[in-house]
Parts: sequence; C-alpha cells; structure tokens
Amino acid sequence: MLNYIIRRLLYAIPILIGVNLLTFLLFFVVNTPDDMARMQLGARRVTPEAVEKWKAERGYDLPLVWNSREESLFGKAGRTIFTQKSAKLFVFDFGYSEDKRDIASEIRERMWPSLALAVPVFLVGLAVCITFALLMAFFRATYLDLWGVVLCVAMMSVSTLFYIIGGQYIASKTWHLVPISGYAGGLDAARFLVLPVVIGVISGIGSSSRWYRTLFLEEMGRDYVRTARAKGLAETVVLFRHVLKNAMIPILTGAVVVIPLLFLGSLLSESFFGIPGLGSYTIDAIQSQDYAVVRAMVFLGSVFYIVGLIFTDISYTLVDPRIRLE
Amino acid sequence: MRVLLLTLASQFLLLAGCGEVWNDPYPAAERGGNILYSVFGERPKHLDPAQSYASDEAVFTRQVYEPPLQYHYLKRPYELIPLTAAEIPQPRLVEKGGATYSVYDIRIRPGIRFQPHPGFVAGNLRLDPQKIKALKSPYDLAQGTRELVADDYIYQIKRLAHPRLHSPIFGLMAEYIVGLKEYGERLKAADKPDQWLDLRAHDLEGVTRVDAYTYRVTLKGRYPQFVYWLAMPFFAPMPWEADSFFSQPGMAEKNFSLDWWPVGTGPFMLSENNPNARMVLARNPNFRGEPYPSEGAPGDAERGLLADAGKAMPFVDKAVYTREKEAIPLWNKFLQGYYDLSGIGSDTFDQAVRISLEGEAGLSPEMEARGIRLDTTIAPTVFYLGVNWLDPVVGGNSERARKLRHALAIAVDWEEYLSIFANGRGVPSHSPLAPGIFGYREGKESVNPVTHEWKDGKAQRRPIEAAKKLLAEAGYPDGRDAKTGQPLVLYLDSTSRGPGDKAVMDWWRKQFAKIAVQFEPRQTDWNRFQEKLRKGSTQLFMVGWSADYPDPENFMFLLHGAQSRVKTQGENAANYVNPEFDALFERMRNMPNGPERQHIIDRMNEIFRRDAPWIGGFHPKNFALFHSWLGNAKVNEISDNKLKYLKVDAAGREALRRQWNRPKVWPLLVLFLAIVVSIVPAITTYRRRERMAARPVS
Repeated sequence: MLNYIIRRLLYAIPILIGVNLLTFLLFFVVNTPDDMARMQLGARRVTPEAVEKWKAERGYDLPLVWNSREESLFGKAGRTIFTQKSAKLFVFDFGYSEDKRDIASEIRERMWPSLALAVPVFLVGLAVCITFALLMAFFRATYLDLWGVVLCVAMMSVSTLFYIIGGQYIASKTWHLVPISGYAGGLDAARFLVLPVVIGVISGIGSSSRWYRTLFLEEMGRDYVRTARAKGLAETVVLFRHVLKNAMIPILTGAVVVIPLLFLGSLLSESFFGIPGLGSYTIDAIQSQDYAVVRAMVFLGSVFYIVGLIFTDISYTLVDPRIRLE
Repeated sequence: MRVLLLTLASQFLLLAGCGEVWNDPYPAAERGGNILYSVFGERPKHLDPAQSYASDEAVFTRQVYEPPLQYHYLKRPYELIPLTAAEIPQPRLVEKGGATYSVYDIRIRPGIRFQPHPGFVAGNLRLDPQKIKALKSPYDLAQGTRELVADDYIYQIKRLAHPRLHSPIFGLMAEYIVGLKEYGERLKAADKPDQWLDLRAHDLEGVTRVDAYTYRVTLKGRYPQFVYWLAMPFFAPMPWEADSFFSQPGMAEKNFSLDWWPVGTGPFMLSENNPNARMVLARNPNFRGEPYPSEGAPGDAERGLLADAGKAMPFVDKAVYTREKEAIPLWNKFLQGYYDLSGIGSDTFDQAVRISLEGEAGLSPEMEARGIRLDTTIAPTVFYLGVNWLDPVVGGNSERARKLRHALAIAVDWEEYLSIFANGRGVPSHSPLAPGIFGYREGKESVNPVTHEWKDGKAQRRPIEAAKKLLAEAGYPDGRDAKTGQPLVLYLDSTSRGPGDKAVMDWWRKQFAKIAVQFEPRQTDWNRFQEKLRKGSTQLFMVGWSADYPDPENFMFLLHGAQSRVKTQGENAANYVNPEFDALFERMRNMPNGPERQHIIDRMNEIFRRDAPWIGGFHPKNFALFHSWLGNAKVNEISDNKLKYLKVDAAGREALRRQWNRPKVWPLLVLFLAIVVSIVPAITTYRRRERMAARPVS
C-alpha cells in the first residue's frame, strides 16, 4: 500500500503543475498585472509610475511565461511571473496577499470557522441522508417511498440560495430563534452555526438521499438479503448489518473524497451567514483580483482533492477485504 | 418519552417567556453597554494614513487619526474648523527667485496625547523575534504614550514619499510641496531591504519644524485647496516610534503593521482588528475630550442636534463594526435593532420609504412605528454620461458634433432614469458642480438652458422636437446621415453589473430611439472598461466622481484639458479640451470664494453647457436611517469622523430589542409534533410487518 501511496503522490506533482498553469492562464486572460495594480491602488489618482512601482515590488513586471530577454533557458523559463509565483507553492510557502497579509496565517485563522460549519453539515447530513434513504428503501413501493422520492426531487430542484434566504427569513426574522448572521469564537459559535448547519443539511437531503436509496434498493434485491430474510432475521438487522455495510462502498467514494475539501469551506453559506472562513476568503480574493490568494487557494484545493482521492482508495480496502492496493 | 417531551416544552416556554432574546448576535456581556453597532461591507485594504483613500477605510481611520483640520459636523455648506490645529492656517505668499511660494505655518495645540501603544515603550522597539512570534496582538505588550508634537506631522508628510508605501496623493503633492519629489528619489536611494528607514535622518526642504508645536509647509505657487487636504488622514500625525516598532523583523509575518494597527490621537483606537468579521473601536483613554458643537445649520436645534452643545465627546465607549457582505441580513438585523443605523438599498426602498404626491420622501408606516428617523442629503458626487472628445462622431469642437450632443442631452431623460432606477434618489445635474458646493446656483440660474427651460417655477426638460431639430441641423435628419443616408449608430461603453443591466440598456435604447438614433451597448468588465477609457477607444460612457473636498476645483478639474485621461492618465475621462475653459479653471482654482470666483464659475458653466462634453447626469441623494435610540445623527458626506458625535440610549435600545425579538417557540413544537406524527405510521407499519406470518407465494 505504501508503494501505491508514494506513486499516487508522485502523480500529483504534474497534476498540480497543470492546475497551477491553468489557474495562471485563466487569471491572466481576464486580468493583466496593470489591472491588478490599479485594483489594489484604487481608482483615484493612480499614476502610471505608481502602477509600475507596484508591479516591480511584487514581481509582476516580469513577462508572464517566457522571458526572451534572458540568455539561458533556465532564465527564460525561470524569470517569469508564472515560475516565480508558482515554485514556492510546492513547499507550501504561500507568500503574501497583494495587500501584504501573510496568506498562511490567514488560512490558519480562517480554516477553523470553515471547519466549524462544514464538519457538522457533512456528518449530520450523511447521517440524515442515510437514515432517510434507508427509510424509503424499507418502505419501498409504499406511499411513504413515493412521497419521499417526490420530496427529494422537489428539494433537489431548489437553489441553495433559496434555502439560505428562506431559512434566515423564517428562523431568524420571523421566529427570532437564532441570529441571522455573524460569528463568534469558542462555544458561542454554536448559536451562529445552528441555522447554516440545518440549512446545509436540508439543502443536501434531496440529491444524496435519492442516490443512497437507489444503492440500498440495489443491495436489497441481492441474493444474500433474501437468504438473510429467509433465516428469519429482523428487517432492521438485514438493513443495518447487511445492506448498509455492502452499500457503503459507493457512499464512501462520494463522502471520503470531500473530507479534505471541508477545510476550504462553503462559498455561499459563508458569505450569507457572515462566517469568516476560507470560502469567503476565496470569494474576496477573486473580487479584488488578488492573484496570490486565488493561486494559493486553488493549489490548496487541488492538494486536498488529491489527498481525498487517496483516502478514498484506502477506505475501499477497509470496507471491502477483496480490494488490495498494489 | 412523555416526560422528556413535557420537560422540553416547558423549557422552551420558560425561555420564551423570560424576555431573553435568542437572535442577538452580540455577546451577552455587551448587553446594555454604551456601544454603537454598525457594519462594514468591504474588508479595508489600508489603515495606514499615507495609503488609505477609500471611504470604507475612512470609517476607521477618521476616528483614530487626527489631521490638523476637520469639517464642522452640523453646518452646511461644509466649513473647515481646527481639529488639533490652534487655528485655520493662512498662507503667506513669498516671492523667491522669480517664483511664488505659499507658506503655511500650522500651529497645533499642546497637551494632546497619543493613544496607548507599545511603540512608546523603549523596550518594545528591540523585541526578540521569538517574542513577536508568540504575540496574538501588538497590544499584548506594555503600552505607553507621549505628547503630540509638530515632528509627528512632519514625519507623516515625509511618509507620503516613502519608497515602500504607495501614497495615492504623492504625485499630486510632489507638484506642490517644495522638494517632495526629490525627497522621494533620495529615500529610494537610502532604502535598504529589511531595514527600518528612519525618516528623521532625512530632511524635507518644504516641510520644516518651527518649534515643538508648529511646523511649516512651503508650497510651490498658490494652492488654496491645500487646507482641505489638511483635513484628511494623509496629513495626520505619525509617531516615529510606531513606524520603528512595526518595522521589526517578524512583525510582517504576524500581519502587524501600520496598515492594520493605526496609531493616533483621535477619540477612538482600534482595539480589535478582524477585517474578516469584526472591527472594534474603543474609546482612547488619553483623548483630551473635544466639546460638542454649539452651532449648527438651520433646523438643527429643532431636531435636537444641539442638545449636547459643549459636552465633552466622545459619547460612546465602543463602536462594533460587523462585516456584512449581503444586503438582506444587513437590513433584517437593522430592523431587529442590532444595527443602530443603515442606508437604504434598492431592494428595501419600498419597505422603508413612501414618496408623497408632492415628491417628498418620508418613512413608511412600518418604519415610523419603530421610531426610525430618516435623513437625506444630496451627495457631493456626480454621475455623468461622458462623451469621448476624441471621437470623430460625437466628440470635438465642430458645430455638427455640438448639435448632436445637444440633441442627445435633451433626449436622455435623467428625471425618468432616476425615477425608474434609483427610486427618485437623486437630482439631474445641470453643471459639474453638486448642490452645496460653492459656485452651485439655485433656482432658475441653476438650469442648463440647452436641455431645460424654467416654467412655473421649476425646470422642465425641453420637448423632443427641439432635439430632433438639433439633430437635423447636425446633419442627421430622422437619425440618418444626410450625406450617406446611413443610420446614425452610437455606442455606449459601460461595465456589466448583472442581469439587471438589461432593463437599463433597454431604457438607453428607448432614449436614443426618441430621436431615431440607433443605440449599441458595449458592456465589459471593469478592467477592460478602464483600459478603454485610458486608450480613448470609447464613444459614450458612464462614470462618476465623488469629491475629495467641497470646492468647485474638485469638480471642474474633471474637465481640465491637462487632466485628459488619454494624454496624462488624469481624471478628465472625456478628454475634453477647451482653451478658454482651461484658462478660466487655472484662474478659478487658486481664488478664494467670492463674487469674482462665482463669476468665473458661471462662465465655465456656460462653456460646459454649450460644449456639452457630458450629456447630462445626476447627483445622487443619499438616504440614511437612524434608530430612535441613536442621538446626534446627521448625514455628513464629506467628513467621516462622525463617531465621536453620536450617542446611544443603551437602555432604550435594549428594551426595544427585547420587544422586537421575542422568540416564537410554538413553530418548533409544531414541527416536532409533525415529525412525531409522521413517524408513527412508519413504526406501526414496521411492527405489523415484523409480526406478519409467512404467506404462500401467489
């Protein structure tokens, strides 16, 4: 297994270079270094000299990907914005944002509010969706199953934004049960997180439950389930001890891969609920054309995704003894 | 189970009945505190007075930093008064070597002290990097203070030229302050990486110390607007100790810098800096206590704005600013009483405001029932439809282009635009000057005779036939070029703001269609739009300008030929050039307010209306809402150092918050019961199935 993990980690290097290059190209197709300088310096009384100075200070006065003024090949490829800005990422040196804030300390600070929201949504959501899907599977072909599926399809069709605005309107504005938005550290965070967590869970029920239901029904049609029932096992035992265990492989595929991404937070929820996490950090960076932060967050996202996929592979071996990572 | 249910229900009812609110976003310890609650939308980029220029940063910097002058809080038109200065400095004109210089001696009052800060403790200027690494806030260290002296102002002016800072006004000030440009070059040569650049060791010719409390600024030529700059944080004092403190190795890695931890003499100090969520300004314990103004504008006394005359400010102990990126939560929290003041967005306008038949804005019954107050003011801002003077069709001095512009200026109905897209929050502009600025004319004299006529005591837009006639005279009868027969197509460049743009673009199309001119929108992102303006590749475009200070120069310079965007990257986005206008501007800019200046401004307005480099525009009207417990609140569009004037009736606020936010628990109980009821058939069915005997296969 160790060899497999090392091989996968080595594969990650060209993937990360590719992701970096793609981010770089997409960003600089839309924004030039001049645009970035003007965005950071403000719209008023910005002189061309100030723009040049800003670019020179941050290394944006270099060519984008190829420096023809350099003599050596190393210089031509190395003395460019792309190489100078990307190389340090591979040792997780994120540098400074364009407004001179240390990105690593921002990430360390903002990761916790993101996790405080994302982890409960993930865990509670998983539990609720599995339970709901099991219920539908248990009562298959009854009115409960039919209306459950209808409810799932309806819930899938509604935008997350609607859940957020509706939730804030009902729970906070009309019933006055929780704060509309905001965040606090420590245990006080709980009262700010109740509503976004509930909304996060509810908004995910439709699609996940429907998918899990399909998985459970597929398993319930198999011979070993019939055998278990023929032995006289209670239906709950059949469901929880046999069906659930065997349906876990595809569920794990979807669930484990997102665990590392929980660090990156939720773009929409964090904005609407005023949670100072990494999701809103990324949105702010895109809006303010802060390439340093965008680059760092995309890189981090890619790393987490790769790690998530490796975790998924490992988790297969844990739930299915037939699978070996060679 | 039954016991558990009953316990839960009784707990809910108890909590609901005890008057406690559940949706209060603030810590319980703050309840009843003498605290002002407000919001900020954008995370401030700079809090360093040498770099900060944005209005969302001024909310913080203006409460901390004290430049020598400030604007009177209540009087209108805006009036400069001393802040830390003993009086408004008057320039002395000095002739030297055939050149004229303005010399300002700025005398500050003794006895003013800086806020507590670790930089004032000698031992903190040589900290061990490990100790810095362990710090959570610079205020974790021992703090000291000292008296404000003239050297602190001199140090800050020198910082405008600091090679590692980007002061937006360095270019402008280098044109005026003697030796500042060369000073910038000298500092660049002296600057060494990772070392503190001690500006005290480098003298600046045009800024010198007269005595401990007086400094002298020498300007090239005359620049009467300089006093307005003395009311901005760019000219606030900066103690060298603070600069040295934050220059220590390891500070930047902790995000400890002057850009994030301002140091001033003002009534407040930044005690919590979390630009992602919350910023807190706490009362500066060393503040001297400034008296509340005893004079105001007409009507201020009746509104109770002079009730605190002479009392020592500030009135609140703390101001908590919460970051709200979305308009809906912000508005709802204001209505719940968790923010003390708010603006009005387009989405909430109808809920908050009722317009009477006479066109007067008033509060809706819902707002009145909550005791909310409304204050409106026309901002010193202008949004305009600019014409690129370099464009061969609509630009330039030819009679043909001028008549075309006049025709368009009549056709574009700004009154309608404001009514549809801004809920009537604005007034059409008839000149570059906003109302309230010296030179702005009221009544009949304010009207642009090209586009409007004075009828029945008010300005009325000229009929569309007048526009069609002008268009025909310009050589485009019925919107077609008389020579070629081709239809006239005009292009409007603008930034894309989303799906709502379609309605705006349809409206523009309708305006041009009134005179049979075809309209083509060219929407792009902000960067490309700015690039087009810089390159002069626009035809018509929509931009705006908010004044730095209430002087006609700060509006008229938008049309000064030397400020052409294409030629000099200046603020004249239309690239308008008229030698007569430019000559008048040069004369007007250096004159004191008076009849002669008014006469010149009138002539400039005449030229502006005749040439029409802008096809009209509008001055926005800002609406502000204040809760009943917020005292001394008055909209001031020029100065942001308002926090010290505001007072809060904390007990009244607490009572109303409780009244408005009683939790409703019954929906939760109903929801809970609904879940229980829906589970019962499932359990029944399950049990029935489990008990069912085996059946033969049919």
